[in-house]
Amino acid sequence: MASVVGTFTVDPRSRAAKRRARGEGATGWAFVSPSVVIILGLSVVPVLWSLLLSFQVNDLVSPSEWVGLANYKALVKDPAFGSAVSHTLIYTALYVPLSVVAGLGIAIALDRKIALIGLYRTLVFVPFVVSAAAQGVLFSFVLDPEFGVANSLLHKLGLPAQGFFSDPGQALYLLVAISLWSGTGFCVIVYLAGLQGVSSDLVEAARIDGAGRWGVLRHVTLPALAPVTIFLLLFQTINALQVFDLVFVTTKGGPLGSTTVIVYFIWEKAFKTFTAGYSAAAAYTLAVALLVVGAALQIYRRRVAAR
Amino acid sequence: MKRLPFSGWHLVLAPLALLFALPLVWLLVSSVMSNAEINRFPPALWPQGIKLDGYRYVLGNALFPRWFLNSFIVSAVAVTANLVLGTLGGYAFARIRFAGSKIVLGLMLATMVIPFQLTMIPTFLVMKQLGLIDTLGALIVPSLVTPLSVFLFRQFFVSLPRELEEAAWIDGCGRLRILVSIVLPLARPALSTVAVLTFLATWNDLTWPLIAINSDSTYTLQLGLTTFQGQHHTQWSAVMAGNVITVLPVLLGFLLAQKAFIRSLASTGLKG
Repeated sequence: MASVVGTFTVDPRSRAAKRRARGEGATGWAFVSPSVVIILGLSVVPVLWSLLLSFQVNDLVSPSEWVGLANYKALVKDPAFGSAVSHTLIYTALYVPLSVVAGLGIAIALDRKIALIGLYRTLVFVPFVVSAAAQGVLFSFVLDPEFGVANSLLHKLGLPAQGFFSDPGQALYLLVAISLWSGTGFCVIVYLAGLQGVSSDLVEAARIDGAGRWGVLRHVTLPALAPVTIFLLLFQTINALQVFDLVFVTTKGGPLGSTTVIVYFIWEKAFKTFTAGYSAAAAYTLAVALLVVGAALQIYRRRVAAR
Repeated sequence: MKRLPFSGWHLVLAPLALLFALPLVWLLVSSVMSNAEINRFPPALWPQGIKLDGYRYVLGNALFPRWFLNSFIVSAVAVTANLVLGTLGGYAFARIRFAGSKIVLGLMLATMVIPFQLTMIPTFLVMKQLGLIDTLGALIVPSLVTPLSVFLFRQFFVSLPRELEEAAWIDGCGRLRILVSIVLPLARPALSTVAVLTFLATWNDLTWPLIAINSDSTYTLQLGLTTFQGQHHTQWSAVMAGNVITVLPVLLGFLLAQKAFIRSLASTGLKG
């Protein structure tokens, strides 16, 4: 290499520094090992352990027994698991598109310099930082059939009182609505950040070419935001398929099992009825589904990016 | 401030913002109502005066102060540990060449896609083996460092110009010295992002405390609030006062450091 000539001009101290840089393996490992041990120890080990568990009968206390694929076979036939899957799919199919579309609409509305815009943005976003437990407790009160403000308002308007969370026909949809209240703000801020990256030259050019507001939105803004949209679809879908906290706090899967979602099913089987092997099989089924959704959207994202 | 002209968008945005704010306004209002006002039919929509009975009950009779302390300890330790371990790991992955670093980093990032419910039963069994179940340790250990923290620090350090560190390196400074005295003072955006994300995740978590904690004196606020609601569902003003106490630290943090919160959360979106 050309360094034979170069060494003459190099400060001798820097050569020592280079030599030092080569022998840094120990420092590198010392810096990363606490993170590596904790992160890998609490993910790789449990993932493999879960796989073993899913082939066993285990009550978290006594020694487990190997049963092969029996848990998975039972899962397929279990009507409770089937309805947990369908509740989760209904919740996801409503929550994901609604939150992403509303997020885009609100972000576009908030993407302008007018008075109070900072306040509007804050208010739209603030429910997102409220924990699911706090949301659940708050809405259990708001929607309490007897003492809640919702029925009180309906009464004032002369409308009939509703059962809300005690009505099997309403509970799941109310959970979607509460999640939209808190989760749309996330889509809004991600879209707002994305909108900063939409080239104003392109928008200007489209305007000059005679595009109206809708034309600019359809042909300039939306294509430019496509990567953001795909990310949000992925992120929101993964979150929706794993909904648990809000269900636990508000309905505990009821009434009549109408809000039992997959993770609630998994939690119940592991820590309430102590059938951990069965629960692990359900968890693995969900994880594989999540992986498929994630991989499909990643492939789609690459294709969009390549265009 | 310059006055901006009135825009028709206010007619859309003001009601919309109100819709998002209203449940939280109601949370605050109902926490200062008397039980008499709440328990009559139809319930009052606005309090006659401010009654602090709910707060008095929650702070005096219940375990709320203890739960607040527990949540605070878990979050504070988790944030500190993520900052320390995250900067160490992130710096090493960004700057130090060592055998196996690429494989280990790849493996750590891959663990981000593992859903929590897949690891929760074995994590419970591991914590049981360690004798940590029903202690704050069971909540702290799994949240000491996340792959996201390490990754965010690594990305930030990679973006810093190397020249800043080279002079110190040539003068014989060790890596730790360089990290602490040269790199960290420049890393405020990354430090605040990781602090915000870690705080939100640990303060707001319910699932893991629900699994790992049994005794009410070890509850976190989220778990305590949930249980408290189940036991006191006729004392709504006390429940709402407890709810305000649970939400307040996050809301205050958000209002005080709104830019950092929004940048942190938007960055997870745009870089993810």
